[in-house]
Amino acid sequence: MTDITKLTAAETASRIASGALTAVEVTEAHLARIEAVDEKVHAFLHVDREGALAQARAVDAKRERGEKLGPLAGVPLALKDIFTTKDMPTTVGSKILEGWLPPYDATLTTKLRDADVVILGKTNMDEFAMGSSTENSAYGPTGNPWDLTRIPGGSGGGSSAALASFQAPLAIGTDTGGSIRQPAAVTGTVGVKPTYGGVSRYGMVAFSSSLDQGGPCARTVLDAALLHEAIAGHDPLDSTSIDAPVPPVVEAARNGSVAGMRVGVVKQFRGEGYQAGVVQRFDESVELLKELGAEIVELDCPSFDLALSAYYLIAPSECSSNLARFDAMRYGLRVGDDGGRSAEEVTALTREAGFGDEVKRRIMLGTYALSSGYYDAYYGSAQKVRTLITRDFEKAFEQVDVIVSPTTPTTAFPIGERADDPMAMYLADLCTIPTNLAGNAAMSLPCGLAPEDNLPVGLQIIAPAMKDDRLYKVGAAVEAAFVEKWGHPLLEEAPSL
Amino acid sequence: MTVITDLVPYEDALAAYDPVMGLEVHVELGTRTKMFCGCSTELGADANSQTCPTCLGLPGSLPVVNATAVESAVKIGLALHCEIAEWCRFARKNYFYPDMPKNFQTSQYDEPIAFNGYLDVQLEDGEVFRVEIERAHMEEDTGKSTHVGGATGRIHGASHSLLDYNRAGIPLIEIVTKPITGAGSRAPEVAKAYVAELRELIRALDVSDARMEMGQMRCDVNLSLRPHGTEKFGTRSETKNVNSLRSVERAARYEIQRHAAVLGGGGTIVQETRHFHEEDGSTTSGRVKEEAEDYRYFPEPDLVPVAPARAWVEELRATLPELPRVRRNRLREEWGVSEHDMQSILNAGAVDLIVATTEAGAPADQARKWWMGELARHANESGTPLDALAITPAQVARVTELVSSGDLNDKLARQVIEGVLAGEGEPDQVVEKRGLKVVSDEGALGAAVDEAIAANAAIADKIRGGKVAAAGALVGAVMKATRGQADAARVRELILSRLGVEG
Repeated sequence: MTDITKLTAAETASRIASGALTAVEVTEAHLARIEAVDEKVHAFLHVDREGALAQARAVDAKRERGEKLGPLAGVPLALKDIFTTKDMPTTVGSKILEGWLPPYDATLTTKLRDADVVILGKTNMDEFAMGSSTENSAYGPTGNPWDLTRIPGGSGGGSSAALASFQAPLAIGTDTGGSIRQPAAVTGTVGVKPTYGGVSRYGMVAFSSSLDQGGPCARTVLDAALLHEAIAGHDPLDSTSIDAPVPPVVEAARNGSVAGMRVGVVKQFRGEGYQAGVVQRFDESVELLKELGAEIVELDCPSFDLALSAYYLIAPSECSSNLARFDAMRYGLRVGDDGGRSAEEVTALTREAGFGDEVKRRIMLGTYALSSGYYDAYYGSAQKVRTLITRDFEKAFEQVDVIVSPTTPTTAFPIGERADDPMAMYLADLCTIPTNLAGNAAMSLPCGLAPEDNLPVGLQIIAPAMKDDRLYKVGAAVEAAFVEKWGHPLLEEAPSL
Repeated sequence: MTVITDLVPYEDALAAYDPVMGLEVHVELGTRTKMFCGCSTELGADANSQTCPTCLGLPGSLPVVNATAVESAVKIGLALHCEIAEWCRFARKNYFYPDMPKNFQTSQYDEPIAFNGYLDVQLEDGEVFRVEIERAHMEEDTGKSTHVGGATGRIHGASHSLLDYNRAGIPLIEIVTKPITGAGSRAPEVAKAYVAELRELIRALDVSDARMEMGQMRCDVNLSLRPHGTEKFGTRSETKNVNSLRSVERAARYEIQRHAAVLGGGGTIVQETRHFHEEDGSTTSGRVKEEAEDYRYFPEPDLVPVAPARAWVEELRATLPELPRVRRNRLREEWGVSEHDMQSILNAGAVDLIVATTEAGAPADQARKWWMGELARHANESGTPLDALAITPAQVARVTELVSSGDLNDKLARQVIEGVLAGEGEPDQVVEKRGLKVVSDEGALGAAVDEAIAANAAIADKIRGGKVAAAGALVGAVMKATRGQADAARVRELILSRLGVEG
């Protein structure tokens, strides 16, 4: 008998549509899997058993009535706990929002519901999406299904771990500096950061507004494309959302090819700090692209060396303002309100107890960077670097169709290893951050295991803004070639838990 | 808190110092929805009933700019002769206050939508003073805190505070003047005239009701003094939220006298905000601004830049109404009234009523006579504004028409107006019901004249003998007989012709 949880989203949907499986069966199989393994993995912060089954029953009823089902109808999904949901708490991995039940659904949540996707629950994350390991969650770390003593990446470690441990075939992540792609890389899954403005941010709790972007996470390129298409598109509630048709991502994923494409390799994405096995798998991927008919072009993007520094000024600056609203007045945690304390004291006590160290660190960093007398030197300079990075990308894309790089310099590191060394932690996003600063699109997909630790390595593909379809065209071709070479999808090599 | 009670007499203060003013006026726009969300802006709703995730600043919510508010801002900018930005952004002004849901205010900062303009204001004696405009920018209002349990209604001493976010996110335009210099002793008068002119302008543009008593328009008065002949500005005080035209003038006047007292006594002015007190026209110290508060402004990343298309701006420019001052001067000339009379009309709030009455067909002098006379008296007596009286310009126009056609005389017309005000219907219905028509039936009038001549033979003889002035007594007798419903001039004519005397 087929293990339902091993099916791709596309297969699951087609079996539900044909009547070979019911949505309830599919949902129950995943709920059983969650029950069996999530105690060990801790991918979920909240599982909505009843809500998921109700949604599944609705899909089955629709089918029985003879209504046409959408391409993802009945497919279970794990939603990062950063999107508001009327029927489930939304904590953003923070104590300060413990138990908060939002009065509204995010646009992305609505789109998932409209697509008849079954939302299983909300996944763990670094608090306010600040981190690369999910260790900064106020609700405890998540284990990497390849090795539970290692990190599943971050901030979307709950979503990547849910996929890699077959608790859900689809998941949603958000990517401010790599929070979709780096978790995908270290768990052997696929993650896409769409073009900034491609997916609505309405109802996605803000970390850094000009960088945050929600996107699809899956186990295959086609599944990611199907999810991408379901959640993307213009939203009048988000002023920064792009009013243009969604790039033809599904079509691209079904027609993978790199023949005749020019693929860039950026000089700045290698060197010190890159693990040997990661570099080896990346070089093999470039060879594979050549074999598949791509032309490889060496690129020099000097401003990329400044990306990490610029990012750690812009993101904290915006977060210091975005997180100011957590003041214990209207929602969430309230500490020390004994009737005698002033509003200011209660706010201070609540923020002291409700925010974790990394969040506090970034609020302080950003408050400093924006303060009068320092603004030009810090925030102002960082914005200039951002412009330079955008120009480097523009120049690069005059010569190539896509750029490839390792997604992250190392494989999954052990939980606790970098917890006390923020700078080491920040380096995990070295290759992903330039894309966020420029606002273009990127994907991470598995390109093998590093020989030294047998852990997944991610290949990053970067495309110009609103050319998200190129990611899928290239990704599908690379994925097919690797699966052929390995004889099976990479995740089959993961331990069964 | 130091309460300064010593004031220098106004004339003495002006003899020693030259006042410099800066006026910041906040206007709540009359848009149907808020600045960044679709919530209603209607006043008087239950607390927190007009809120949504965006204006409550809930996690995940995002703002979307109200296009009507941008249009209003551009109109105001154009009417103030400002340049309109081709591209401008909102910024975040970061500070903590419980009535501000996001703990930052979304406001324009260094990229205002309108800048570098002026407004010519006319003082009561007709002198025109040009007030230069620094900028007009868009922002959102905060919620409203009500501090409960304290004696003063201020947060100090309160047991708790209630928050109403209905006002949070209401669109505001802040209009900031450049430093106003050279007004000398007329500075308080200029301040008042500026705010009055701005209010008229806002209303003429139909972008806000600008009712100061409702807080829809609020003025901050910045004032400093410098010794005559010096260039450098003195330290300023900022009197916040002054809520009437008269208060604006009084606040400026008080601060001039207070500053002069402090400076004259060898003291220094503290840079601070001050509260104005309606009861005695004084100001008291508010918050000391020892060091400028650091609002950590940065461009609002959740909004895209506002880029008003040039063609659209020109379209709006073409639809601008006549400026209030220009219109007033035009009307003054058309009506042929003095500056002083025009000022009275203005003060009475009668300009638009008179215009509407003339548009309904009345001659201007008649329209003015009724509104500034009989109707103004009624308004005064009942303590209602002129435009709240239960009579329309069209009804007043009908009354003047009845007078000029001879159907009514002034005395009867006053009764008709009373009837209309009392809710008895249209002027013609009142005439009908009260039986107020002038007796114009020549036969009936002739009979009354003949009776009067017969009954007053001695007087009639005097008239025949050339004492035409004596005719008044006979006219009075006829009027009495017809209960006032005769046209006195016509009666006089009839009497004189019956008696064979040339009038």
